Amino acid sequence: MQISFILNGRPTTVDVEPATLVAELLRERLSLTGTHIGCDTSQCGACVVHLNGLPVKSCTLLAPALMGATLLTIEGLQGAPGSNRMHPMQEAFREHHGLQCGFCTPGMLMTAVALAAEKPNLTEADVRHGLEGNICRCTGYQNIVVSVMAGAAAMNAGNGE
Amino acid sequence: MANVIGIGASPKRKEDQRFLTGRGNYVSDIKRPGLAAGVFVRSPHGHAVLRGVDKVAALAAPGVIAVLTGDDVADDGLGSLPCGWGISDAKGVPMKEPPFPMLAQDKVRFVGDMVAFVIAETPEQANAAAELLTVDYEVLPSVVGVLEAIRPGAPQLFKDVPNNICCDWELGDKSAVETAFRKAAHVAKLSLVNNRLIGNPMEPRAAIAEYEPGTDRFTLWTTSQFPHVVRFLMGALVLNIPQHKLRVVAPDVGGGFGVKQFHYGEEAVITWAAKRVMRPIKWVASRSEGYVSDRHGRDHVTEAELALDETGKFLAFRVNTLANMGGYLSTFGPNIPTNLYGPLLGGVYTTPAIYCNVKVVFTNTVPVDAYRGAGRPEATFVLERIVDVAASEMGIDRVEIRRRNMIPREAYPYQTPVLVQYDSGDPMGCLDGALVAADVRNFGIRKAASASKGKFRGLGYSTYVEACGLAPSRFAGRLGARGGLYESATVRVHPTGQVTVMIGTHNHGQGHETTFAQIVSEKLGVSFENVDIVFGDTDRVQFGMGTYGSRSLVVGGAALSRATDKVVAKGKKIAAHLLEAAEVDIQFEAGRFSVAGTDRTKTFEEIAGAAYVPHDYPLEVLEPGLEEQAYYDPVNFTYPGGCHIAEVEVDPETGTVTLVNYTAVDDVGTVINPMIVEGQLHGGIVQGVGQALFENAVYDESSGQLLSGSLMDYCMPRADHMPMMTVATHSTLCTHTPMGVKGCGEVGTIGSPAAVINAVVDALSHLGVTHVDMPATPNRIWRLLQNASLPVAAE
Amino acid sequence: MKPFAYHQPDQIADAAKLLTSIEDSKLVAGGMTLIPTLKQRLASPVALVDLTRLGDLSGITDGGDTVTIGAMTPHALVAASKLLQTKIPGLAALASMIGDPAVRSRGTIGGSVANNDPAADYPAGVLGLGATIITSTREIAADKFFLGLFETALEPSEIITAIRFPVPTKAGYAKFKAPASRYALVGVFVAKFADGVRVAVTGAGSGVFRVAPMEAALSGNFDASAIAAIKIDADGLTSDIHAEADYRAHLVTVMAKRAVGAALS
Repeated sequence: MQISFILNGRPTTVDVEPATLVAELLRERLSLTGTHIGCDTSQCGACVVHLNGLPVKSCTLLAPALMGATLLTIEGLQGAPGSNRMHPMQEAFREHHGLQCGFCTPGMLMTAVALAAEKPNLTEADVRHGLEGNICRCTGYQNIVVSVMAGAAAMNAGNGE
Repeated sequence: MANVIGIGASPKRKEDQRFLTGRGNYVSDIKRPGLAAGVFVRSPHGHAVLRGVDKVAALAAPGVIAVLTGDDVADDGLGSLPCGWGISDAKGVPMKEPPFPMLAQDKVRFVGDMVAFVIAETPEQANAAAELLTVDYEVLPSVVGVLEAIRPGAPQLFKDVPNNICCDWELGDKSAVETAFRKAAHVAKLSLVNNRLIGNPMEPRAAIAEYEPGTDRFTLWTTSQFPHVVRFLMGALVLNIPQHKLRVVAPDVGGGFGVKQFHYGEEAVITWAAKRVMRPIKWVASRSEGYVSDRHGRDHVTEAELALDETGKFLAFRVNTLANMGGYLSTFGPNIPTNLYGPLLGGVYTTPAIYCNVKVVFTNTVPVDAYRGAGRPEATFVLERIVDVAASEMGIDRVEIRRRNMIPREAYPYQTPVLVQYDSGDPMGCLDGALVAADVRNFGIRKAASASKGKFRGLGYSTYVEACGLAPSRFAGRLGARGGLYESATVRVHPTGQVTVMIGTHNHGQGHETTFAQIVSEKLGVSFENVDIVFGDTDRVQFGMGTYGSRSLVVGGAALSRATDKVVAKGKKIAAHLLEAAEVDIQFEAGRFSVAGTDRTKTFEEIAGAAYVPHDYPLEVLEPGLEEQAYYDPVNFTYPGGCHIAEVEVDPETGTVTLVNYTAVDDVGTVINPMIVEGQLHGGIVQGVGQALFENAVYDESSGQLLSGSLMDYCMPRADHMPMMTVATHSTLCTHTPMGVKGCGEVGTIGSPAAVINAVVDALSHLGVTHVDMPATPNRIWRLLQNASLPVAAE
Repeated sequence: MKPFAYHQPDQIADAAKLLTSIEDSKLVAGGMTLIPTLKQRLASPVALVDLTRLGDLSGITDGGDTVTIGAMTPHALVAASKLLQTKIPGLAALASMIGDPAVRSRGTIGGSVANNDPAADYPAGVLGLGATIITSTREIAADKFFLGLFETALEPSEIITAIRFPVPTKAGYAKFKAPASRYALVGVFVAKFADGVRVAVTGAGSGVFRVAPMEAALSGNFDASAIAAIKIDADGLTSDIHAEADYRAHLVTVMAKRAVGAALS
């Protein structure tokens, strides 16, 4: 079936089998391999993308759900539109060593950005709870939590300008 | 001026840009023209005779290219998956080493054992065809536990391995230990289980293989921690591919933790198959597939006894362990519960006599091999638990009994009774630092506050040491290693002075691209951004043993340090010529070669330029170019260690254990990048906490089915399981590595399980609880409390 | 996944017709349970009937002494609903504990209730509040809806359109999460109405169930102490690698007490 949607700001149309996961569509057809697949039970969160602004697991989303929707993947995450700068959340992860092997990172970032957008003043407990659907095996989460809090603060400071 | 960012600085990581923007390059991201899809058909039975595989229906399915089985492997005369270590029993009799065929032949020995490989145009077609394969199994009884496996009458995995015992290994002076026990004022005893774990790097394993008929060359892209070792083991010992005709690439790898440091059958099958079908083939494991095929870790049953004199001094330590090997010997399998376990039983203590017996046992489970820490967490857990048991039984404070037995700083180098000689350390210093950092002084106040909410609070200590920087080849060879354990690095200085390093270790999260660049920046005085690190490709990197055993900085960094020394030495020769001075008068400092006592200098870039444009150059005595290589083989292991203090709160109503504080003060030697070291400690600690509180690989005893077969049932630590940890370093320098480094990758995982469980036992000790097996799940704690002597506690 | 046809009807009647006319077709709402099943090739329907194009099925409406939640309303919306936080805060809290943020973005109340997973949260809220399940053809009382392990009173072509909840005096939910899956190892929903108290348990057995002795005790005295001594029979409760039946039985009492505490806070 033919599906038209906005992918990282660009109108996109693809012809796919309905039995296609959005994660597969992104990785195999659209060469956007930043969205990762870390499990088969919707637990790990490495594949989180934003569908109409909300965090969703693209490994548990069928391609027809994209019809008319707006999809943001890690490749589309950036600072001010048109700038070459990274998003404040990406900057925060770099600054606070919030990643090691990098595999869970795209999903962590997408979840973190949605979390910070939803609630302005995140506490440590908010962040830890908000990351319950994203598993990281490398960092022990400590620097991820620090990064998310710093990134959220930077996002909100940016919004206030 | 060069932007030198050297040892002790924390620059942001070079590798982060690609990972943060979704531009990493993992195996599953790679596409090749004409790529076919491969799917493995695995045994659903723990133990069965494989009577035959009917391929007809599968071969007729749409898109199917080939179906390969163990018979095809046998027909092509391919080798068995090799074991890299050959251990022996006390009499010198070698371990039983049954073949491990890459696709099962005659028998399957664990759920997940590979039976066939189906290749089709798409993954969907391969999966559909796999369902059409008819495999004729004669199901046999399975045995999954070590205690059951050695019992008379237990199912036998191999005809020529009686009682399923691969090797009855021992270490230490048995009679000295017996003598000491006879004189002991007190003997503490402890039976424990070290739970089976699944490593779970977030990136599932994957491989792509391609054969180029024009050059008769194979390329294998694989999620490996050691591509050169895969090339050697697979090319030379399994597939008979000459080394120069085989390229192995391990690009970005999403975590390893040991799980990706073995040569897996999947790698051999897909490489072999790529030539048979003349197509590149890709296989990507699902998480659930990984659970029944990634090598598992730990899985010991242990009886330990500690003999003490009346003052609480340790006189002797005796340990008998049954170690699960699973269905076959994996690459390092038999080495882990023996050589990486027994020699660590001395810990940070002066125990004069130690004896350890380990029976290495086959069972119908996934093969067991190294997982972060590998042998050393198991040893630390036994020792640090029994120290607490002894302290409690003798009425001695847990910190005090440790102090009475600790090796004092001035006693180093210290020869233990179990082979290893510690070169440096200060366990007392780590303990003192941790006591302050954990605010142990005010623990009583916190405990009372918990009690007022109806919660039990406990504190647990683990003072430990490990052996890493694997490994001195000569020493390892005596213990049964069949290969060397050195590392290599090449420093290529470009004509314009920038540097590319080719190194044989593999970066899969540890930050090597940053840490190694700092070493080069400091040693050559070049800008940090002008150094790139290349790894993970046998066509680009000369040779290497890879990354495991906290060895990358210790062994690889040492090779790199040596190679930079050689660059400087050659640079001095060039500078002497250009500056018309004697070579002995040339000094190199901060990126400049100068004649001592003069203002005549040449920059590093000028020397590099001269080396590649040798118009004015001592060509009679010196080759052009500026590229140096070093191999480094360590003279000893390194011995990081430290003190971990865990603080837990137990909810007696539900049995839930909450980790509320965690403090680690570790001695990792010289710290190159504090930010990265801290990150390694955090991650390591949480993996150990996972073992202590959450993680458990559970098999059904009769069918051999893995019950914890997905992330729904195997509990990985999550962000909300952890408090903020306090980590610090208290370093003594390693005396034999070039920079004094000791390694930091595994310390967290080695020190933490004992600290956490000691804290849980402490929290429940007023109820008469003396031991808690891992993981300390709510159900397990509740059960203990049900059985505990509650009325006594009320007094 | 095996291939399937995909239908996105915009009328309930059309959706029901598709379900009847295509043998082996399945409804998909948020897909949080169905898609993992398809991925693991444990189910291979010929066609999926997607409910997202049916307007009006998402949203929360105030009926005075009731609140009605459209079947396609995602958990995140229920959790964040000011109306529910005022009228039935226990239900908003329950929704906020389901899965994780990404699951709450997609998963729907209708899907969860129709699936009737024995460890899902919503069945406890629906049964605990004595809600009414409104379908394409009729209304079904919660007490007659849940029939055990993944079984409900729904006919093959019947589609849940909304769930109507009576507004209680007080209500609370307490969940002991299975540490890995984050489903309820045991979850208890407690609701106090003018005419009595309802207690519903999920996670502990093969399906959601009520606990009459607790309801009686709490009707007399709506305080955790009233049920502290009430023990649940472990017979028939679930035993698995995470929790044995007697431990689950024990947790029912503990979680019921905590649910009462949550209701009173």
